[in-house]
Amino acid sequence: MAGWLGLFRRDIRLSLRQGGEVGLVVGFFVLVVLLFPFGVGPEPELLGRIGAGIVWVAALLAAVLSLDRLFASDHADGGLDLIALSAMPLELAVFAKVAAHWVTTGLPVTLISPLLAAFVGLDPAAIPVLMLGLLLGTPALSLLGAIAAALTLGARRPGVLVSLLALPLYLPPLIFGAGAVEAMLAAEGARAHLMLLGAVTLAALPLAPLATAAALRQALD
Amino acid sequence: MRQSTVEKGAAMLTRFANPARFMRLSGATLPWLGGAAAGVLALGLVWSLAIAPPDYQQGETVRIMFIHVPAAWMALSVYLFVAVASAVALVSRHPLAEIAAQAAAPVGAAFTLVCLATGSLWGRPMWGAWWVWDARLTSVLVLLFLYVGYIALVNAFDDRSRGARAGSLLALVGIVNLPIIKFSVDWWNTLHQPASVVRLSGPSIALSLLMPLLVMAVGFGLLFGWLLLLRMRTLLNERKAEALRLHGQPAPPRHRPTGERGDAAMPAARPVLR
Repeated sequence: MAGWLGLFRRDIRLSLRQGGEVGLVVGFFVLVVLLFPFGVGPEPELLGRIGAGIVWVAALLAAVLSLDRLFASDHADGGLDLIALSAMPLELAVFAKVAAHWVTTGLPVTLISPLLAAFVGLDPAAIPVLMLGLLLGTPALSLLGAIAAALTLGARRPGVLVSLLALPLYLPPLIFGAGAVEAMLAAEGARAHLMLLGAVTLAALPLAPLATAAALRQALD
Repeated sequence: MRQSTVEKGAAMLTRFANPARFMRLSGATLPWLGGAAAGVLALGLVWSLAIAPPDYQQGETVRIMFIHVPAAWMALSVYLFVAVASAVALVSRHPLAEIAAQAAAPVGAAFTLVCLATGSLWGRPMWGAWWVWDARLTSVLVLLFLYVGYIALVNAFDDRSRGARAGSLLALVGIVNLPIIKFSVDWWNTLHQPASVVRLSGPSIALSLLMPLLVMAVGFGLLFGWLLLLRMRTLLNERKAEALRLHGQPAPPRHRPTGERGDAAMPAARPVLR
């Protein structure tokens, strides 16, 4: 457990101190959302209706953008080999790194989402549902993205490839996350969507680290 | 008793999985398979395009279905084939299973593309739009992305065996995720779209339309088998040619190149694991 916490803290510290990566992810997230009014026009009704979808798509893109730092820098400097050789099971180490990734991407994105919801004119009553959805769904983004990040380790153009592999896997969280807000606005209740979103995350919680660790093993082989 | 059956099965698998024997057997089978595919497809095409009656509602447009539906069946079953072959490759580390998965994937992607294109052609007169965000269409589109991701990943590494193993893992991840994606797309679609789409979901499809459809399905299956063997042979020959270029001798079947040149020049230095 001490090793797990150590790895978790190390990854958070690295991403906080190395060139403000957290700020970069949040800035990208904000920028993508702010691009949409320029693309679809400033009408408040339209923006309010598609606002939750915009925020969710931006959250997916921000997650994909930050995936490359999950394993690549450790792979380049040999740290990943040491982690794989340590007494801690690789699955657990993966889980620590993914948790740190979520704390430095998914969590700040969730915390800043009310501000963006105001920008796109989302009904204030829907903001708690949006935030709860992001809180439940962004861990799945980190977990599923880790598989893609591990598979593309050492590939020729990992950036493009990671998005190609990760984005189809992100469809279920997107559907249930944006759907929760929409159902809430349509007065249908967001409960079913949020529960399914939680189910996606809970299913990814044990399975994704297994697949990621298998991918890392064959990358380090 | 069961043990011996398993052993016998494993022995048989190894027997047919020997690359040299595979080349000999597939070489003998290939013309027959190709001929059968051409014959059945010709029969099915004439039957479905000229002989089968037009549908009472859809008219002549129904004939697109004879290409579209078998292509959709093949798109899904080939992905399943890729996943099973990948699982075998990961467990038994047999090179032929990897090659089978890699050979099948582009064929499956082509079937998926044919399915989407013909569906789009059918949708224009029937729904009045080239593309509708129907649950099935969307799922097939995602399937195409899974194929493209697999093919891109396999070819993304300088070390070929690394690409093969990464691709095998991705195929397994994809097959686990496919039902989840399918379910969520269905759910999303029922929320976003009223049930406006008229489909062939009448009592059942008429026998005069079903028969040519089944013939076409068999034809597509034979076509896949022929293309699979053809592509597997090409990939094997490619590897042999590459090994000859590298060492001046055919590669041992268990050859796994590492990053170092010195290692690759002496394949025998590495102990054979099985």
